[in-house]
Amino acid sequence: MPVILATDVLVWLLVLAAAGYGLYCRRQPHLAAAWQRVFRSPAAMASSVALVFFLGVALLDSLHYRPALDTRPGEQKAYGTEVRSVLDLPLADLRGNTEKTYSAPLAMVSYAKEQVELPNGKMGREFPRLRFGGSHLKDASEWAGDVTRRVLAGFAASVLLFIMAALVIRRLGKRRPEIPWNAALAAVGGLLFVTGPAVALSLCYHVLGTDKVGQDVLYLALKSVRTSVVIGTLTTIVLLPVGIALGIMAGYFRGWVDDVIQYVYTTLNSIPGVLLIAASVLMVQVYVDTHPDLFQTAAQRADFRLLMLCIIMGLTSWTGLTRVLRGETLKLSQLEYVQAAHAFGVRQPRILARHILPNVAHIVIITLALDFSGFVLAEAVLSYIGVGVDPSTNSFGTIINAARLEMSREPVVWWTLATAFTFMFVLVLAANLFADAARDGFDPRVRV
Amino acid sequence: MSGGSGDAVLAVAELRTRLDAPGGAVRAVDGVDFELRRGECFALVGESGSGKSMTALSILRLLPEAGRITGGRVRLGEQELLGLPELAMRAVRGRRVAMIFQEPATALNPVLTVGRQIAEVIERHTGNRNPGKKVLELLNAVGVPDPARRCGEYPFQLSGGLKQRVMIAAALAAEPEVLIADEPTTALDVTIQAQILDLLARLQAERSMAILLITHDLGIVARMAQRVAVMYAGEIVEVAARDDFFAAPQHPYAQKLFEALPSPQKRGAELSVIAGQVPSLAANFTGCRFAERCESAWDRCRTEAPRLIPLGAARLVRCHLRERGPAAARHAVAIAGTEEVTYVAVESEPVLAEAVELKVHFPIREGLFKRVVGQVRAVDGVSLTVRTGRTLALVGESGCGKTTVGKALLRLLQPTGGRVAFAGRDLASLSGAELRASRRGMQIIFQDPYASLNPRMRVAEILGEGMQSLDVGASDQERSRRIATLLAQVGLPAEALQRYPHEFSGGQRQRIAIARALAVEPRLIVCDEPTSALDVSVQAQILNLLKELQRRLGIAYLFITHNLSIVEYLAHEVAVMYLGRIVERGTAAEVLENPRHPYTAALLSAVPMVEGKRDIIRLQGELPSPVHPPAGCHFHPRCPEAMPECRLAYPEPVRLSRTRTVSCLLYRASKVASSS
Repeated sequence: MPVILATDVLVWLLVLAAAGYGLYCRRQPHLAAAWQRVFRSPAAMASSVALVFFLGVALLDSLHYRPALDTRPGEQKAYGTEVRSVLDLPLADLRGNTEKTYSAPLAMVSYAKEQVELPNGKMGREFPRLRFGGSHLKDASEWAGDVTRRVLAGFAASVLLFIMAALVIRRLGKRRPEIPWNAALAAVGGLLFVTGPAVALSLCYHVLGTDKVGQDVLYLALKSVRTSVVIGTLTTIVLLPVGIALGIMAGYFRGWVDDVIQYVYTTLNSIPGVLLIAASVLMVQVYVDTHPDLFQTAAQRADFRLLMLCIIMGLTSWTGLTRVLRGETLKLSQLEYVQAAHAFGVRQPRILARHILPNVAHIVIITLALDFSGFVLAEAVLSYIGVGVDPSTNSFGTIINAARLEMSREPVVWWTLATAFTFMFVLVLAANLFADAARDGFDPRVRV
Repeated sequence: MSGGSGDAVLAVAELRTRLDAPGGAVRAVDGVDFELRRGECFALVGESGSGKSMTALSILRLLPEAGRITGGRVRLGEQELLGLPELAMRAVRGRRVAMIFQEPATALNPVLTVGRQIAEVIERHTGNRNPGKKVLELLNAVGVPDPARRCGEYPFQLSGGLKQRVMIAAALAAEPEVLIADEPTTALDVTIQAQILDLLARLQAERSMAILLITHDLGIVARMAQRVAVMYAGEIVEVAARDDFFAAPQHPYAQKLFEALPSPQKRGAELSVIAGQVPSLAANFTGCRFAERCESAWDRCRTEAPRLIPLGAARLVRCHLRERGPAAARHAVAIAGTEEVTYVAVESEPVLAEAVELKVHFPIREGLFKRVVGQVRAVDGVSLTVRTGRTLALVGESGCGKTTVGKALLRLLQPTGGRVAFAGRDLASLSGAELRASRRGMQIIFQDPYASLNPRMRVAEILGEGMQSLDVGASDQERSRRIATLLAQVGLPAEALQRYPHEFSGGQRQRIAIARALAVEPRLIVCDEPTSALDVSVQAQILNLLKELQRRLGIAYLFITHNLSIVEYLAHEVAVMYLGRIVERGTAAEVLENPRHPYTAALLSAVPMVEGKRDIIRLQGELPSPVHPPAGCHFHPRCPEAMPECRLAYPEPVRLSRTRTVSCLLYRASKVASSS
């Protein structure tokens, strides 16, 4: 039975909107030219490969359903209470094969000694074999050979896929020679050579280990990607209308309108953001707790909190965009084409829509791209201090929060933090590189 | 290079500079030869894009990142500059060759005091550790008043003219042999320009320094240069001594430049224009670069590139025509005819627009509660009338409030006081829909054709916007028909409609702006310096177009400008503004041929002239701030004929003839004397 979560709807609407914008850009020569400049940068091509990968994961993870329970024929169909996503289908093994507790990456034994019965009948403490990780091996001596074999097999598959990708890209390169396809190919190669062995190993091992309750860390990280992408995009979408409207109005109308808007954002800026967000999230939490009838499943409840977090973060962080747009509009509204429009008696809303807005669009796009990474990081911080997403939602913040105490343990449990760190680093780096290229492409001053 | 006199300070030979651009390398400088002799002022003249600034930057090796020198030699004395390592080059810049730039506002570092910036040059190049005294000497030499105080001031505390003087002082600090002046007065007003040109000429004579003067203004060349080189499309097309050049320019391009200059003799006629545009320098040229625009070009010009042909002593020209011998002297052709009529007929037309005692003040606000602490009196009691089908020129230096008058007349600015009437209706009382309806009658054309068109709109949308907003034309079809007619009227091809402004040149953009204003069938167009951002040949096209439109459609113009030669060519009446008020008003013939107000006289005399010479009335100082205008007559602190009573009260306008008034005590006295 399909389950439609609010954020799913918004994410897919966003995909539609992006597609629509793409079509619109094709018909607008100045926008098409700007985007072509963006994609002429090797960094943009490489980072968009990474972004497409993350986006793909997030989108697969945004199609939710409740699995049908096994029923005898004739009985009414029943559905489980657990909400799963399409992403859970290929990852069913990772999801299902849990251990008792921590295990290191690629380990075949548990990370902690346990009281076990030895073959000679006595009781002793040793590292017990894992339920799933390396369970097909007879003893530890086979481990190294098995891992090597699997890595090589994974590599071989990657090489095959890479050659296919290279052929496709070469054909594209003939059609659009000005775009640095080699950078894209390099990124695809990097991605394949990491995923190939990872997939091969994950069939029999926990590639990135397991966490405290024995869940596969790779699975958790992949599920967290959706949360990050949702936070990054939806929050930006929430702040855009507020930021654009207030910024342009302040810069264009000046006078008391400007005074009021400046007063509001100066005040908002001087309240510590974390406090404001914490207070709002707690209010939402109280609302959720007092209205249990509104949510059919736990997933919907968690999703509501995620959505509210996006809105709260969006409504508290539009000030930067407003400030930049106000300055730019102040400048634009003195330009002669705006004055010429006044001389024609063109009405104010039309001047704003036709003369001001299109000429600040590059700033909006740059802010959009830069804020994305900011919000991804902010979510991790907020979840870490406990005012972020619902604890049942997978996110990098909750992973870090769960792992922080283990940093002081001896021997240290490092892989959960390292995984969250690596995934976030790659996602944010790709978004930043892309934002950089977008700024260069859209900034009229950089134009040759 | 001919001449070959031994005292060449700077010799440039076969200089080639390329700029890497997306469309391929642009040959900005393509084989330029010239030499600069000791104590000489050598002018490099050309329109924008001709490569004159790139030549200067190549000499100093200060090219932008995309630029590189691909060949040639630059010899400074005995030293070859192009082969020097960068470190040695730094010892040349400022020490032996100094440069001053067009925009003094951006050429000085805003966070260092003036004295510090000059001292820096001295310390760097002469090793003088204690340059304080030298700095004062220099500031004194460039005519900065009270140098001891100015030394400790920051650039923002100085006016534009003083900044340019400081720039010159810094350039002279290490006593260079060569001074490169790249459009040194283009950003300044004519009275200040006259001061700076005097200063440069004096310094050149005193220090026997060589000046390479880069300019587009033939008037400045006539005043300053001993020798002239004309550049076109990256090449030098003519080299001559100044007097020879002005007497008989040899290259067809140079001849056309003279013909395109507006002047009172050409009033009745169209200005001569150069067809087409400067060719793209990314292309390969097989023939003469000017051939496509030249009226006397023939087959050979398109197949064989001409060489520089020597014509007599120290004279070179790049044209096949001159193999047959030099061209005849240039005639200052006076076209007799209609001008007397136009001068007389001024009053016969009905008044279209009128300003009476117009005041526009901008409040200065300070502090937390934005208290008004003062007023900028941008316009302070201006009365003027524009008649149907006539041109009133509003003349004045920058900051005198002439643009503000234009905008207040259109109600783009809300007047603080006074009355503005258009076609008999008081505009100040209108609001909302009535004001919008009245907008149909009057339009504006701006100075900068790059800022006046929305880069995100197609030409069709730009032209249609006003019609849509003011309900001109009944249907979309009718409007698009009208847009097509407009394009033809301003001389643009029909396919321009679907293009964006950035695809057009400056002159074409100005045509689009004119078409936009015409779209709503206005009866009055305020032209705010519409040609000051354009080259001479393009300016001629725009002036012709404006004149033609006036003749055909009977449009009145309020022509705001500081360029007096345009006024002489175009205007029927002239009003001269100084510090928010009109000091003299009358027909063009009255005011320009016989200026009565001392300011008008000084302004007219300060304009560098191509034809003949006039005595320059030198004004001291600069335009005072309109926040604290001087008491009494605003002009008295700079007036050569000021009397004690000028300080007491602002002089009332005195009517000298039916069409003429002047605000000066000199004439009140004469009137009193004549009436008594």
